[in-house]
Amino acid sequence: MIRIEGLRFRYGEGDFQLRIPELIVEPGTTTAFIGPSGSGKTTLLNLIAGIIRPETGRVETRNVEVSALSDPERRRFRVTTLGLVFQEFELLEYLSVLDNILLPYRIHAALDLDATVRERAGALAERVGISDKLDRPPRRLSQGERQRVAVCRAVLTDPPLLLTDEPTGNLDPLNRERVLDILFDYVRESGTTLVSVTHDHEILPRFGRVVDFRNFHSFGERAAS
Amino acid sequence: MRDTLYLAWRYLAFHRVKTAILVGAITLIVFLPVGLRVIVNQSSRQLTARAEATPLVIGAKGSPTELTLNTLYFSSDVPARTTYAAASEVADTDLAQAIPMYVRFRVRDQPIVGTTLEYFGFRGLKLAEGRQMAVLGEAVLGSRAAEQLGVGPGDHIVSSPESVFDIAGVYPLRMPVVGVLEFTDSADDDAVFVDVKTAWVIEGLGHGHQDLSQPEAAAGVLRREGNVVVGNASVMQFNEITPDNIDSFHFHGDLSDFPLTAVVVVPPDQRSSALLQGRYQTAELSQVVSPTEVMDELLGTILTVEKFVIAGAVTVGLATLATAFLVFALSLRLRRRERETLFKIGGSRAAVATVMTSEIVAVLAVGVLLALLLTFLTQRYGDVIIRSLIR
Repeated sequence: MIRIEGLRFRYGEGDFQLRIPELIVEPGTTTAFIGPSGSGKTTLLNLIAGIIRPETGRVETRNVEVSALSDPERRRFRVTTLGLVFQEFELLEYLSVLDNILLPYRIHAALDLDATVRERAGALAERVGISDKLDRPPRRLSQGERQRVAVCRAVLTDPPLLLTDEPTGNLDPLNRERVLDILFDYVRESGTTLVSVTHDHEILPRFGRVVDFRNFHSFGERAAS
Repeated sequence: MRDTLYLAWRYLAFHRVKTAILVGAITLIVFLPVGLRVIVNQSSRQLTARAEATPLVIGAKGSPTELTLNTLYFSSDVPARTTYAAASEVADTDLAQAIPMYVRFRVRDQPIVGTTLEYFGFRGLKLAEGRQMAVLGEAVLGSRAAEQLGVGPGDHIVSSPESVFDIAGVYPLRMPVVGVLEFTDSADDDAVFVDVKTAWVIEGLGHGHQDLSQPEAAAGVLRREGNVVVGNASVMQFNEITPDNIDSFHFHGDLSDFPLTAVVVVPPDQRSSALLQGRYQTAELSQVVSPTEVMDELLGTILTVEKFVIAGAVTVGLATLATAFLVFALSLRLRRRERETLFKIGGSRAAVATVMTSEIVAVLAVGVLLALLLTFLTQRYGDVIIRSLIR
């Protein structure tokens, strides 16, 4: 599913440098990236998504060398292949809950917004318990509800790969469990591969594999598992 | 594209107050200089056209502008009064047609124009319905005046007092409307035309009352001195001229001393015009003005003022435009995270650019469209605005 070989990346002139000789994530698995802040977890997530490109090395996702794609191709790749969930939810304040869920279908011509998609959005909202709030703006939702909207948005395209960046970082324990239940239920039912960055060690038992970035961030040569 | 525009629309709708303020600012920036230019052009055309159709105006010494505006546009600033003798003097020279004008009173907002039937021929005014005024007290209305007052032939109108406290002054006269004129798109459309003598009745120079020689009016007799009967305050004055009481209406004093605001003078040729103007050059109490010259002077002033106003509007506009672009720039900055989210999710470059620039494009487009609409409305209804300003 994800194959990384000889990857090296650095931001501009800073000291930070990420080097990963090899990392493989098998399809249908759940993987957590852990490690201290600044160790490169989110950077790797961005490299896998094609949001940024490595200096050297290969990033291959579903047999596509993402790092070799052009900007339009990487955008297309993300919107059709990936589901992204962020710590700060990143919902658009001026859109209703339903429009936020449907957002991927409105921002790229590769996806066609039709009645089936709308039905699916409704069903997802129903499943995560926000179907009665579809017309509301995000500011009138609780934190947990907002993250549930973000999860719906991420999985609406039925992506084979779900990347989540501290999806429960802003949630209380109750909402944290609820959002994780939703994510893991979805992953189990759909066979989607899940890669998640987290600082929360309490949730690690839910993941099939944990990658600790302390072992290989700046100067590491070995992927921990 | 439809989906992206939908997102843009949702953004504008969500920030509707900010959007409305920006649209309003852009509209004004564009409209102020353009609309002002249209108004000035229209007023120039209109003022010049009517002035050119009015060869000469004679009035009492005073402001030529006031005299011209009152005579041509029936403005509420009443010039110093001349007398009916001025009209007779012109007529006696056989050099021109003299049309007396007495424009002082109003029926609500519509000016009462006391004149003679010659005025209708001079301006080429035709009846749309009803008939011409034939006897004292009858009124013929311009088309807009009829519309504004909501009356037509067979209805009645009442002259308005000049002020709320005008108890002993102008006498409210009830007048039958006998005709309505065709629309001419000129100041005549707003006027209530009456015979000049009817205007004098409103002024109180002529009146009708009970015949004190009749027995039923005995209670109104104060005393009798030979053939002279002196009435007391209980004598009933008529406030409407009807076939039954018209014979009782009479004027006190010499008609030639009765007031006029102006005499429109229509000489048949340039020579007669020159001769007449020469005669009035040395007159002590009267003046003869050429409306064309007065209007040219007025337009010169308007154009000078216009230049200053447009310069001011452009300066304010540029400052407002700079502020608007600052708002746009700040808005784009505030939306940085939104832009990043759309990029990360996989939004196409075109979609992200459309969503981000929609505010600027929509505000500019709607602002310019509204300004064009306002300019069109100014062009369409500018004459009405100008006339209401001249009143």
